This record gives sequence, structure tokens and C-alpha cells, in this order.
Amino acid sequence: MEENKSKVTLHGMWASTYSKRVEIALKLKGILYEYVEEDLSNKTESLVQLNPVHKKVPLLVHDGKPVAESQVILEYIDETWKNSPRLLPEDSYERAQVRFWVSYINEQVIEVMRKVLFQEGEAQEKAIEEARERFKVLEEGLKKHFPNKIIRENDDVGLLDIIIISTFGSHKDYHELFGVGIIDPVNTPTLYNWIESLKELAVIKEAEVPSDRLVPFLQMYRQMHLQQAANT
Amino acid sequence: MNQEAQVQVMGLWGSPFSKRVEMVLKLKGTPYEYIEEDVYVQKSPMLLKLNPIHKKVPVLVHQGKSIAESLVIVEYIEDTWKTSYPILPRDPYERSMARFWAKYVDDKVMLTLWKACWGPESEREKMVEEAYEDLKYLEEELGDKQFFGGETIGFVDIAADFIAYWFGIAQEASGVMIMTAEKFPKLQRWSQNFVGNNIIKEVLPPKEKLMALFKAQFGNNASN
Repeated sequence: MEENKSKVTLHGMWASTYSKRVEIALKLKGILYEYVEEDLSNKTESLVQLNPVHKKVPLLVHDGKPVAESQVILEYIDETWKNSPRLLPEDSYERAQVRFWVSYINEQVIEVMRKVLFQEGEAQEKAIEEARERFKVLEEGLKKHFPNKIIRENDDVGLLDIIIISTFGSHKDYHELFGVGIIDPVNTPTLYNWIESLKELAVIKEAEVPSDRLVPFLQMYRQMHLQQAANT
Repeated sequence: MNQEAQVQVMGLWGSPFSKRVEMVLKLKGTPYEYIEEDVYVQKSPMLLKLNPIHKKVPVLVHQGKSIAESLVIVEYIEDTWKTSYPILPRDPYERSMARFWAKYVDDKVMLTLWKACWGPESEREKMVEEAYEDLKYLEEELGDKQFFGGETIGFVDIAADFIAYWFGIAQEASGVMIMTAEKFPKLQRWSQNFVGNNIIKEVLPPKEKLMALFKAQFGNNASN
């Protein structure tokens, strides 16, 4: 059998939103890939050797060359497979806007979401308030900078959409877990509708993690962190 | 319309983030108007209007539109002024490597080095150890290249400006010696090449002024 010259492997983890980003991008572009599910408590030798600095998922391996960090991977995919959808816009200013809001989500929003997930009592309440503020900023930003957002087909999906759906797609599960919702049609209508539109796409539905699997995982993950914090 | 007025940089004299933007503009020969924002004192109404989110510098204004986040700005400059002095390589894989290492410096190394010098006493030892680990990866990645970008200054070098210049001064001010010539000969050589570059040295803040700023910082910690 002829050796596949363009071999793509993704090392990922089913519950990782970062891993999900890459899966979605590969599926959108119609790139065939081999998926390796990593047990993060028992990582494969490949992962450790090919991503020695971070030893994390996701890791993309293309023709034997490793690419780590989801943001870096997504830009690499877009620059290597130039078919549509293009993940970044052509215009430099629009690209900067996309990169800025992706950075805001990655740095400011995810940080506060983690605090909510890994804390309890008063500390958690404080984190929830902080989260509301940051989501408000995100909501205003999305409304202002992407006023004509329409998602009807795969070609409408770009980098920011991928980050939004992978990070916030399961917001109802978080709501269930904490009894408190931050993303909803009243407080964050732009973000809420953006997510709902993306969920209609087949490629997104394919990548969705079922609630009955995610919620127990999040509960376990949360308990693990609370336990660790109590032990220090 | 005045060509210079087309690009404005709102910056802070002592900030490595702010300087990244100026370095790239100067390397590309793109003229700009610099507006000093001493954010420790007071933020100007202009800054608040342009960057209400982080209320931080740097902010780049080009043709009336503003952009924040130093590395987002650097990529914007690269995308917009394509013909002179490329900061990123052309090959997608090499670009991904440059972005990976720049992110590593920006997200991880800078924070570790900062904490090693100024972090709480309880964490200091752990941070120093982590700093050695982090720098070892960079030393290895640099190898025998003149710059991380190869023969010319590139994206990673710009992202690592703190390591090349500010950190040396911070070490002197704090007495915490991590990046020594013995332990990191390649990084040491690189840092000299970087700060010695004719264009880069124009932009760097004066050592005495930074030293005074850092000593004031340590002064605060000593009294805690």
C-alpha cells in the first residue's frame, strides 16, 4: 500500500475544549486525520516526545512534524490547507479583531471560568461576579465588532466561531452543574444566539460532547481540584 | 494628510509589551507618532476610549482604527506592511514554530521570571527552579542561531524582548541571578546581539531609569 504522504494525526482528549477546537477545524476543512485519545494520567510516549515542552493536548502531527498549542495549530491548519472555510479574514484589521477577541476569551474569560469551576463558597461567588463582568465585556465586544454575524453554512465558520463554540458550547451543562447561568438570551443575547446558530451545523453537532458524559466528568474534575486545594 | 499621523502608538516608556510594537515599526521603517501614557498615574481619555477593555497600553491606531494586545498588534503590523523586514517566516510550519515559542515566552516564561524576582517569598524557590527549566528550553531552541529568527530579528526575538534586556536589569536590581553567562551562554550571546542591534537600541528605555523603577518595586516588597 502506498504510504500516505500527507499523514495527519491529532492527539486529543474528549473533554478538552482545546482539543475540540482542532477537531472542528480539521472537520471543517475536510482534512482526513487519525485521532489518538490520550489518557492524561497516562500519556502516550509519542505525545511526550513530540510535545516535550508542555506534554499537553491537543497536538497535531503533520508528516511527522509536531505542532502544539491550539491557537498555533489552528493558524497552521489555515495556512497549510487553503481551501474554505478560511479561518482568518483577508483584511488585516479584521484579522486583528478576531485575534484580539480570541485572546480575550483565552486569557480573560477562560481564567475566570476555571475559578468558578475550581472554587466553592464565597470564593466561587466572587468568581461568578467576575465572570459576569467579563462576559459582559465579551458580549459588548462581539456586538460592536461583528454586527453582521450570520452562520448558515460551514463557509461562515472561522477562528473566532470555533473558539466560541468549543469554549461555550456546553454552557447549559455548566448551568446545570452550578445552578447559575451566565450565558443566556437576556444577559448575553449576541453570544447566546451565536452559539445556537453554530449548533445547527452538522459539523458542530458531530463534535458535540453529550451532557450525560460531560456533567459527571466536570463534577469529578471539580472535586479533584477542591481536594488538591484542601490538601495544600 | 501627514503620513506620520497615520500610525499612532500609545505606549509606556518602561513596558516591554509597548516596546515590542515600536521595535517592529522601526524595523519595518514605518513612521509613527508616539504618545506616552503613564498608566500608573492616569489614563488619558483617548486611551480609555480606544482600549476600554484592558485599559492598558500598548494600543496602535492606524487610519482611525485601534488595536490592542502587543502580539496581536505585531501580527497586524506584519500583515499590513508586508514588503519590508518580514518578522515571520514564509513557511507555515516555521511560522507555527515561531508562534509557539513566542506564546511560550509570553504566556509562561515572562510570568515565571517575574515571579522568581518579585513573587512571594514562599513561592520564590519553586519559581527560580521553574525559571531554569523554562530558560533551558529557550537555550536549546536558540542553539547556534544569531537570533531566534535566524540571521535577522524575528517574532520570537521581539516577544522575548523582556528576557534580552529587562530581565538582566531586574536580576541586578533584585540580586536574583538566574540567567548567567555560565548557565546560559547562548541566551547571553543572543541578548547582547539583540540589545546591540542599531534599531533595537534606539527604542530601549534607559537602564538607569529602569533600575530605579525596579528598585522602587523591590523597596515595596522588602517592607512587606
